[in-house]
Amino acid sequence: MLSKRIIACLDVRNGQVVKGVNFEGLRNAGDPAELAARYNVEGIDEVVILDVTATLESRRALADTISAVAKRIFIPLTVGGGIRSEDDAAAAVDAGADKVSLNTAALTNPGLISTLAARYGSQAVIVAIDAKWVEGRALVYVRSGQQGTAREAVEWAREAADRGAGEILLTSIDRDGTRQGFDCPLTAAVSTAVSIPVIASGGAGSLEDFSEVFRDGRADAALAASIFHFSEHSVRTLKELLRSHNIPVRL
Amino acid sequence: MIALIDYGAGNLTSVRKALAAVGAEVHIPGSPSELDDALGVIVPGVGNFLSTSALGDEWREGILQAVGRGSPLLGICLGLQWLFEGSTEAPACHGLALMSGQCERLEGGDDLKIPHVGWNALQFPRESRLFEGIPEGSQVYFTHSYAAPVTNDAIAVTTHGTPFASGVERGQVFGVQFHPEKSGDVGLRVLKNFLDAV
Repeated sequence: MLSKRIIACLDVRNGQVVKGVNFEGLRNAGDPAELAARYNVEGIDEVVILDVTATLESRRALADTISAVAKRIFIPLTVGGGIRSEDDAAAAVDAGADKVSLNTAALTNPGLISTLAARYGSQAVIVAIDAKWVEGRALVYVRSGQQGTAREAVEWAREAADRGAGEILLTSIDRDGTRQGFDCPLTAAVSTAVSIPVIASGGAGSLEDFSEVFRDGRADAALAASIFHFSEHSVRTLKELLRSHNIPVRL
Repeated sequence: MIALIDYGAGNLTSVRKALAAVGAEVHIPGSPSELDDALGVIVPGVGNFLSTSALGDEWREGILQAVGRGSPLLGICLGLQWLFEGSTEAPACHGLALMSGQCERLEGGDDLKIPHVGWNALQFPRESRLFEGIPEGSQVYFTHSYAAPVTNDAIAVTTHGTPFASGVERGQVFGVQFHPEKSGDVGLRVLKNFLDAV
């Protein structure tokens, strides 16, 4: 049976993981390659590197980061944040990314989804959707959640899938950073609307939250950052809990 | 030297890295004649079966000759499907027919998404060289919509709604539907086992 995936997100700025980390036993807790290797040992299923600055300077640092991480782990590696063009995507892939995650650029230039799917295959193209509830509708936001659009998340997810996206990374702006749990109604709405996998993101605070988003949110994968960085909960503990709830995981 | 065939179906960086990690010397041949020196041949690839048509008659001939000389051949993902007669994904496009059967689209359903993306378990109908030392039930990383039938050549079977061949082996011809380069230690062991056959 296909396992539900647990994905660790590393928010990176100029080659260092931000949001802080306090793993014991790491020489440099801000080093993305060390963190990724640690997660890999614990049994993480995938790693996402998110460039949170996406300036020209950080782009160069990003390529080094991707390549350093890709040397250490042999599990799927996704890169996102500021990928605006085919060249940006090619730089990430050439450095060792298996998948790229498009956000704002996919919405402003949806043709980029098909271009990249044709070049690298759909499995390499994730469309990230940041959504927020406004008067009962889950609307798409862009530019790191700063700017609203008139697009509905479900409808945009369908279009992205039709254009060749291989997965949807769905972030709830309402829940992001709140640690109140994933937005299950939002995730379920998108996940049941498309045939491609949906990765839930935003709001993980407890281990039970993951169980809920897999069951009630119909998520195929769940992504979190700080809950793992702070070592409050290890990936292994999480997966053991999920298995005890009869949710299939890789242990 | 292992020949890694690049026919434009996906990026080879990860495969190269993983092969390097298990000690393989890898060369990407520019023409089929370069296969003459290859100790083993790997055909990777993702995406549509149609993209295997980029491997024209010369490549097919070169690869079949290498197999005829006893060089081990490993097909990964689309590369496994290419070992069969063909695929309903691109009926006009012929596989190498080293194994009999047609690849078909996986059937989706409630809570059964297609493509099949993620980690799933291997069951072993019989012992094999490719999965030597790997415990039954080990999980590996898949991403595909079409799959090969379970025949006598199947050495690993995985179920996503219906069972399909996740590993095949016949003589010196091997194939895996999953991505060993993305399947952690289990995947590296599969690549290592292939190198041991070389």
